[in-house]
Amino acid sequence: MSEAVGEDIALEGPAKAAPAEVPASAPSLSSRLMSGTLPAWLQVAPFAAVFVVFFLVPLGLTVMVSFWNYNEYQILPAFTGRSYYEIFEGCLDRLPDLCVTFKTYLSTLKFFLTVWLVTLVVGFFVAYFLAFHVRSATMQIALFLVCTIPFWTSNVIRTISWIPLLGRNGLINSTLVKLGIVHQPIEWLIYSDLSVILALVHLYALFMIVPIFNSMMRIDRALLEASYDAGASGWQTVWNVVVPLSKPGIVIGSIFVITIVMGDFVTVGVMGGQQIASVGKIINTEMTALQFPPAAANSVILLVAVLFIIFALSRLVDIRKEL
Amino acid sequence: MRDRRPSTFYWLAALFALFVLFLYGPMITILILSFQGRDGGLTFPMNGVSLHWFAKLWEGLGVVDIWAAFRRSLRLGLVVMVLTVVLSLLAGLAYRKRFRGSHVLFYVVIASLIVPSIVVSLGIGLEFRLLDDAIKSIAEAFGWTNFADHYTTAMDIYTSGLGAQLTWTLPFGLLITFAIFNRFDRRYEEAARDLGATPWQSFAHVVLPIIAPSVIGIGLFGFTLSWDEVARSSQAMGDLNTLPLELEGLTTTVTNPQIYALGTVTTGVSFVVIFVALAGIQSLRRWQTGRPPA
Repeated sequence: MSEAVGEDIALEGPAKAAPAEVPASAPSLSSRLMSGTLPAWLQVAPFAAVFVVFFLVPLGLTVMVSFWNYNEYQILPAFTGRSYYEIFEGCLDRLPDLCVTFKTYLSTLKFFLTVWLVTLVVGFFVAYFLAFHVRSATMQIALFLVCTIPFWTSNVIRTISWIPLLGRNGLINSTLVKLGIVHQPIEWLIYSDLSVILALVHLYALFMIVPIFNSMMRIDRALLEASYDAGASGWQTVWNVVVPLSKPGIVIGSIFVITIVMGDFVTVGVMGGQQIASVGKIINTEMTALQFPPAAANSVILLVAVLFIIFALSRLVDIRKEL
Repeated sequence: MRDRRPSTFYWLAALFALFVLFLYGPMITILILSFQGRDGGLTFPMNGVSLHWFAKLWEGLGVVDIWAAFRRSLRLGLVVMVLTVVLSLLAGLAYRKRFRGSHVLFYVVIASLIVPSIVVSLGIGLEFRLLDDAIKSIAEAFGWTNFADHYTTAMDIYTSGLGAQLTWTLPFGLLITFAIFNRFDRRYEEAARDLGATPWQSFAHVVLPIIAPSVIGIGLFGFTLSWDEVARSSQAMGDLNTLPLELEGLTTTVTNPQIYALGTVTTGVSFVVIFVALAGIQSLRRWQTGRPPA
């Protein structure tokens, strides 16, 4: 309570005093912006403006253009469902054979589910180890940093760094051949679903670890002791105490992995040898070919799909409470 | 439980070690391979050790002016860093008070983080194309034919490109500021106020020094996220590409260890930034606790 009152006084005081001393020692605009003499909306205005100009308006335009017509040269601003129609053309009559669109979404969904499952399991146990088994705080920070540093380096580099390992003449193949385990290099190590999944897990496991670790660090250690005292085994404690209490972190991590993997086109492109389809790649290709309305329509569909999955997940947790 | 480590500890430790190997193994491979000898190829074995591919890289990569892209990315990264720090701090300060629409803005920010990057990129690309068309038709309507003929596009690294990257870095910045101010003890400010500090003095001499280490953290996020950004930048940069975009293109065309050398250099820049930031945070913390820096 007292804090709130103090805040009010602080807001009132200088605002009233300001006009009197304007010419002599008016604080510079920047100092007033930072210190809170200016109203909150002015402080937040530049931040909000970025999201209006570079996020909300572009999204609105994407929806709009997805309903426009086009020819080889330009987009024609006339309302039509053509792009959507063409995306799903023949999809229903040819069932159970899948059309290109369904195949692409299915393949993207498959990548997402696999990557999600792997990052979830790996992320959970890595975070669990860090949070509950590493005893000194310094060690905890050090190991956590070891996990997070790759996040701050280039994804493209981290992706291509798999090539000398998985390639036809790469480290794994040449070792296997030398040991006589296989006679010929294995072809499906690279430019395959496997390499795409490996690279995606490599890139995004961290998005799972950090939020789960964050949730776990808030768990009262006494709860674990109580669980053990009540006779639960280690496994039972993990499943019945740690997992439910880590749920917020699990959900937040999952949301990250979903949106990144569903929209990915760089990793699928590079590690799939530009042969594997993904929704992100379709959008990117259409955009490069200047076919804006279909690209926009695909974006809208992708967005709806992603939001649908997130909505389902967010029923499980209130994100705001976690900050 | 306190003294003896349970057996699960060793299993989990092994899993952790494997994970770290998985995380760093590939990066270390290309680090090693970038020192490949003159006649060496893209894979092992190493054909001697040399700086040959770094020297080749220094001369450039054929048609692609890689060093221009390098400088562009560095500059853009610094601009994004500064803007991310300043705008998120300002927004964070605003969120400590109340303002109309704060909830809506918060959800927009979260949405910006979770809308697939390719969608955001496409949207910005479209926006600027429509803007270009509009500018051209307006110019023609007013009879400014000279302008209309020479006008190409408003798309640029520092317009659409910068905006695209900010939609990615600012959410991280805001979330960090939330975390900072959630843990901030307001009594310090009250004490400053009681001692007669103006709001600006209290911010500059009390709040800022306390939160300084975390502010470096925001800067770290701002720079490194921009330095490596591909997905959001892909349709938004205009004619000139940033380094990671060039790099992505090169993955299909360059067939010698030059690309690894470039990877090593890029990662090197990231590591320098990370360690400078971490060292900065460390020394600020020491300074805060009053111990002299070691």
